[in-house]
Formats: sequence, structure tokens, C-alpha cells
Amino acid sequence: MFAYYLQLGLRSLKRNPILTALMVVGIALGIAASMTTLTVMHLMGSDPIPWKSDKLHYVQLDNWSPDQPYNDDGSPPDQVTYRDAVALMAAARADRQVAMFKLALPIQPTNPELKPFRALVRVAGADFFPMFEPPFQYGSGWDRRQDGEHARVVVLGKAINEKLFGGQDSVGKTVRMDGVDYTVTGVLDDWHLRAKYYDLTGGAFTDPDELYMPFTTGIDLKQRASGNNSCWSAPASGWEAYLDSDCVWIQMWAELDSPARLAEFKAFLDSYVNEQKKLGRFPRPLNNRLLDVNEWMADQRVVSRDVQVQTGLGFAFLLVCLVNTIGLLLAKFTRKAGEIGLRRALGASRREVFTQFLVESGVIGISGGVLGLALTALGLLAVRALYSEYQTVAALDWMMVAATIVLSIVAALLAGLYPTWRACRVQPAAQLKI
Amino acid sequence: MEFRPILSALMRNKVSMVLIGLQVALTLAIVCNALFIISERLDRMHRPSGMNETDTFVFNSTGFGQGYDVRSVQQADLQLLRSLPGVVDATSVISVPMSQSGWSTSVNLQPNQATATADTALYMVDSHGLSTYGLKLVEGRNFTPAEIGFRTVNDRAAPPSVILTRALADRLFPQGGALGKQVYYDNGSTPTTIIGIVERMQTPWLDSDYIENSSLMPAYLPYGNTTPYLVRAEPGRRDEVMKEVEQRMIQANPSRVIGRMRSIEQVRAVSYAGDRAMAIILGAVIFALLAITALGIVGMASFWVAQRTRQIGTRRALGATRFDILRYFHTENFIITTLGLLLGGVLAYALSLWLMQQYQAPRLPWYYVPVGFVCLWALGQLAVLGPALRASRVPPALATRSV
Repeated sequence: MFAYYLQLGLRSLKRNPILTALMVVGIALGIAASMTTLTVMHLMGSDPIPWKSDKLHYVQLDNWSPDQPYNDDGSPPDQVTYRDAVALMAAARADRQVAMFKLALPIQPTNPELKPFRALVRVAGADFFPMFEPPFQYGSGWDRRQDGEHARVVVLGKAINEKLFGGQDSVGKTVRMDGVDYTVTGVLDDWHLRAKYYDLTGGAFTDPDELYMPFTTGIDLKQRASGNNSCWSAPASGWEAYLDSDCVWIQMWAELDSPARLAEFKAFLDSYVNEQKKLGRFPRPLNNRLLDVNEWMADQRVVSRDVQVQTGLGFAFLLVCLVNTIGLLLAKFTRKAGEIGLRRALGASRREVFTQFLVESGVIGISGGVLGLALTALGLLAVRALYSEYQTVAALDWMMVAATIVLSIVAALLAGLYPTWRACRVQPAAQLKI
Repeated sequence: MEFRPILSALMRNKVSMVLIGLQVALTLAIVCNALFIISERLDRMHRPSGMNETDTFVFNSTGFGQGYDVRSVQQADLQLLRSLPGVVDATSVISVPMSQSGWSTSVNLQPNQATATADTALYMVDSHGLSTYGLKLVEGRNFTPAEIGFRTVNDRAAPPSVILTRALADRLFPQGGALGKQVYYDNGSTPTTIIGIVERMQTPWLDSDYIENSSLMPAYLPYGNTTPYLVRAEPGRRDEVMKEVEQRMIQANPSRVIGRMRSIEQVRAVSYAGDRAMAIILGAVIFALLAITALGIVGMASFWVAQRTRQIGTRRALGATRFDILRYFHTENFIITTLGLLLGGVLAYALSLWLMQQYQAPRLPWYYVPVGFVCLWALGQLAVLGPALRASRVPPALATRSV
């Protein structure tokens, strides 16, 4: 029976090719607009590390000026000072903890064919690797002992290993940066991070880090971080005075494996700040925060307002397209009142008529969905062209493809429901009279 | 005179009428708000930076290895850059407007003041700064070469003299007469004298709430071993000079990395890419929305014309002119569109209110809705024209035929 209805539906659609095209294109455009924007929003905000995002907590302490808060909404600074980072690392009260910042360092390749170039270096403690779990192609990260020894070691990202060593296993080889040799302990594999969630201070979709070195080693270089630095009181002259200042420029994370550990760590932070208050620091009221990965991403607006507004408009547009399709289907089915009357008179039940017309709506939905999917791919292409930094978030994934098809069929069936219901209420007798 | 019969005909097609009306209402609400967002973005994108954008470009030089003396390299580089053909001027900088990264601090009227009088972006330049940026000095004088000091990022030192933007000078001294006055940077206690005022220079941050407040300080300030340079070429020779500069810089000193040359036009394009994208995306949504709504009206009107062919024939047979028929469909469309627009007007303001609450968006100016009314009336009338013309061509003889 379904095949027969399908045939009837297709024939009916063919009879009014322009009206059919209008409905299919309408649904397709609505689907494409909503799915393009939804895909971007979904991928931007998606949990980057779902198996432990509730265990990784971003450490925020409020060491800001007594006269004004760091943010107008009263939230604490988005980074910590060097002295607090070092104190918290030394206390080691979390299950794992890492303090980090980024440097741009000149790399001097040994291969004379390669020009020296500048690379982004993530300067972080050994726990960075087990905490954020980047995949390794060769070797591994350094360990805490090497952190303590200020070891001159690095972990290379896949791209830079490709560039410097042709993608070979380079563990044990050396990389020269700014006149100093560092030994490679590991090489990362492809690390597909949509948003660079472990450091959102410069934006979530900035250039990826290219290599990694121990925090202590990076501090020895006495170079200012290439990320953000904020001070509420100007530090005295000199590097040591800078390290000792209330300037915030370091990102700090704590891994806490249970809610109990989180509460413990929170209490520890509060007591740490209260101790510091006795030393005359932290003039503001106690305002420590330990947001987890998803809370931190929401707080930092990884999904921008523009993207949210676009998604809202995309769905409003889909709504208009649906209303449009309902109107056109209604018009079409009403014109077929005579045909329906005849079929009913010949013995078709209301249910059969209902099914027949719903199948016709479904055909429109599927066609609209397929066309909409193609348009969504085009839409994402356009988004990538418009936003160079959204390369990783403007891509179709299978879940979104499935969602698109389902959404379009549901949309078309919803749009077809009322017209179909109206169609099957046709009184056979009224239609058969001339 | 024709309203009554049209209304009673419409009442028999209530659902269709509601659907078209709803579509028009949603379209109005979305189009008004989207257009307003677009116009805001365009205004934002057209804010002047105050500097020469067409002939200028920036690049970084990062030295490496022991024995690299950033100060002497910097002096040699500046001399070389200024001697190149096609170069109007060059200076070492720490940032440029629109680049989204730079330095800011507070500036006060009293030493060690607790709350800041104003916030400002800092630009460090030598005596070639004004001419390289292409800033317009409206009061006072430029820095002299003797005033330029050497600083490192870890030095805390307020320079003896500063050049401010007009906006910052007015903020600090609303009564005027800022020139020659003393101010205090960084909550410090060392005074700095205002020696000049430039017409305009934006901060590097597009979203800062003090975007017109900039201070130019007389200093060479490398960031570690990195020095950013700003070069201004003769009009029309920027790209050619860029290539030349890149080669000459690498030749002049091989123990360093020369970063990518970026024209200020590129800096602007990259920084405003998000606004541009938003405007384009919303523009596409508006276009698609109007197209769908217009096609919906065409489709519905065509259907009604087909459904009423016999009645039209009858009316024609009873003496209605073709113009009467045409007017019938146009009036009908006008009634439906107007009802939709009335609802849409309310929706437009409601949507604007919601955007204000959710995203701190500014209020939709009142005139968007009336303008939207006129546009959608016109769109409706245009969309219905085709089907109405077809209706008007129905021959009166049709009334006499049976189905």
C-alpha cells in the first residue's frame, strides 16, 4: 500500500512541478539556514573532553584592586599571578594541576634549507599531558621530576615535527630555539581541538600551539608571555619584580576526581587566599572560582553572541518556510477535494486518505532534506570563507547530517499534518454533486 | 466599497489568510531587526582609525641567539627602512589601531590617584611616529629625537612628554587647555607633560569603551628581542615596498626571523571579518526571507485565482471590468498584508526587546517598522500582480460553461 501511495504522491507532485519545486526549495532553504547555523553553534560549544570535563577546573583567584573589580560583573580575573601559580603548584593539593602560558620563540632549524621561523610554545607543567590527553605519535611528555630540574626538553606538535624532521620519530633529537638546544621527549599526533579550551584568554579559535616546554624552563627564559597580561598596579622595574607583582598572565587548571576532592580543593584555595590577605595581598572579598570545562567555555562565550543570534534567526527562517509550506500544501490539497471525494465514495477510508497525503508530504520533506543537506554543505563553505578562524567548527559531521534529514522530514510532516487532516474531512457526497 | 465582499470571501479561507498573515508578520519582525543589526555593523566598520591605512604596513623582527643586540639592530633597521626608495617614513611601534592587541593603562590628574580619570591605549614611537602613522597634529608639537628613550618591557618609567588624542585630552580636561598640562600614568607619581594633541587615533581594540583614547609616548620599546615596525610607503607603492623591505631585512641581519608583512588594510579586514560576516549572513537571510514570502504569496494567489475562475467569469459577465478584477486581488492582498504587518510590528518590537535583554543590543529605532510596512506592502502588491493579471484575463464567457 505504501508503495502505491508513494506512486500517487509522486504523480501528484509531478502534476504541479512549479508548486512542488516551491515547496521543496522552501523547506530546503529553511533547513539549510537552520542547520548551517546550528552546526556551527553545536560544534563550537561541544564538550571537548566529555569523559572528564567535569573533573578539570579552571582556577580563578581575585587578587584585583580594592578600588574596582576586574570585570564589571564582579567576576575574578581570568588568569592568575606567577607567585600564586607557583605557590599552588608547590602545594599540589589537586589530583593534578598545571600552570601555563604561551611564548612565541624563534626556531633555528639545523636543516639549512629551512629559514628560521617563529613558533607558538605552550609553557606548561608535566601534568598538562595527562590532564588534557593529547594523543602521542612518538614518545611521551616529560615528567614532574624534569619540571623540577628545569629540564631543556620539548614535546613537538605533529605539524612542526613534519616541518623539522619530515614526520620521523624525533624523540631524543634536539631543537634549537633562541640559541638554546632542547631535547625532544615526544611528538603529538593530530590533536583535533575545535576550541583551544585550555587557554581561552586570547580567543577560542586562535592558532594552535606548535610545541610544549616545561613551565620552569620557560620562566628561565625571562620572556614576557605572548598572551594577555593585566596589572592593577604597575610592577617595579625588572624581571624579578614582575614575577613578584600582582600582574595576572598565567592560566591554571586543577584536576579533581570527585566532588569531595573539589570541595576540599575549594576550601584549600580559600584558606590560601586568607593567608595571603594576612600578608596584605588580595584586598578584595574572597571570590575564588573553580569552573569546570563547560562552565568555563560558557563563561568565556566560546559560542559568540553573533553565532547565537544567527542560529535563532536560522530557526525563525525555518518557521517562516514551514508556514509557507503549510499554506501551499493546504491550497493544493483543497483543490483535490473532488478527487478525494471520489476515492472516499469508492470505499477508501479516512485513514487511507490520510496516509496517502501524509506520504506525499513526506516525499516533499525528504526531497527538501536532501536538497537542504547540499545547501547546508554550501552554507558551511560560506561560513568558512567568511570566518577564517571557524575552519574546525563549520564542518558537517554525521550526527548533524542525520539531524538534518530527520528535521526536514519532521518539518514537512508537521507542515502536512493540518492540510492532510483537512483533506480527509472532505464529505464524499458534497464533492460528487455537479 | 469593495471591502465587504472581499472580507466575506476571505472569511471562507480563514486558515490560508492566517498563514499568509503570519508569514508576513514573521518576515517583518525578522527583517526589521536583522536590518538594524546590519546597519549597526556597517556603522562600526566605518569608524575611522585616524591613521593612514592605505599606504602602511607592519611586520615583526625577532632576533635570536646570544650576542643579538636588539637596540643596535633596531637603530640600523630604522635607518635602512627610511633610506629605501618608495618609503615615506618608518618607526618602531608596539601596536597599531584595529590589531586587537596592545598596551593600555590608566591616566590620572593627580599622583597616586586611587580611581583612574581615564583609560588609554599606549603607543610607543620615535620622532617619526606621527608621520608614519599619518596622524594629524592639531595642537602642540611632535617629539624631538632627543626625547626618545630606550625602554624594556620590565622598565617602569613614565616618559617626560606625551602626545594625546583630542578625545583623551577632552576627557581629561573637559574645559580645554590640555596642552602643556601634566598627567600621571600607571597610578604613578612622576608627571608627564602633554606636548601635543592629534585629531584622532583609535586604540587597538575594536570593542573597548574608550576606543578614541590613545597616548603616544616617545620610546623605543622592543618586546624581548622582538620589534614591530610600521612602514609608510609612497601612495600606490605599498605592495612593491613590502617585498623589497622583506628581502632587505633578511639580508641586513640573518640571525632573526622576519614575520609576515601585514598591510593595515589587511589588519582592518581581519579584525572586522566577524562584523562583515554577520552583515553578509543577515543580508542573505533577509533576501531569502523576502523571496520565500513573495513566492508564498504568488503561490497562494495563483491557487485562489484558479479556484475562483468561475466566479471571476461570472463577475465579468455581470459587468465588472478587468481593472475591477485586478483591484479585487490587490485589495485582498492589501487586507491580508496589513493584518499581518500589524501583528508583525508588535513582534518586531518584542524581538528587539528580547535581543536587548539577552544580548545587550540597542533598541530598534522606531522608524524601522513603518519603513518595513511600506516595503512589505510593495512586496505583496508586486507578488500578487502576476496572478491578478491572469485573473483579469478570465473571459466572461467562462461563466456560461459548466466545469
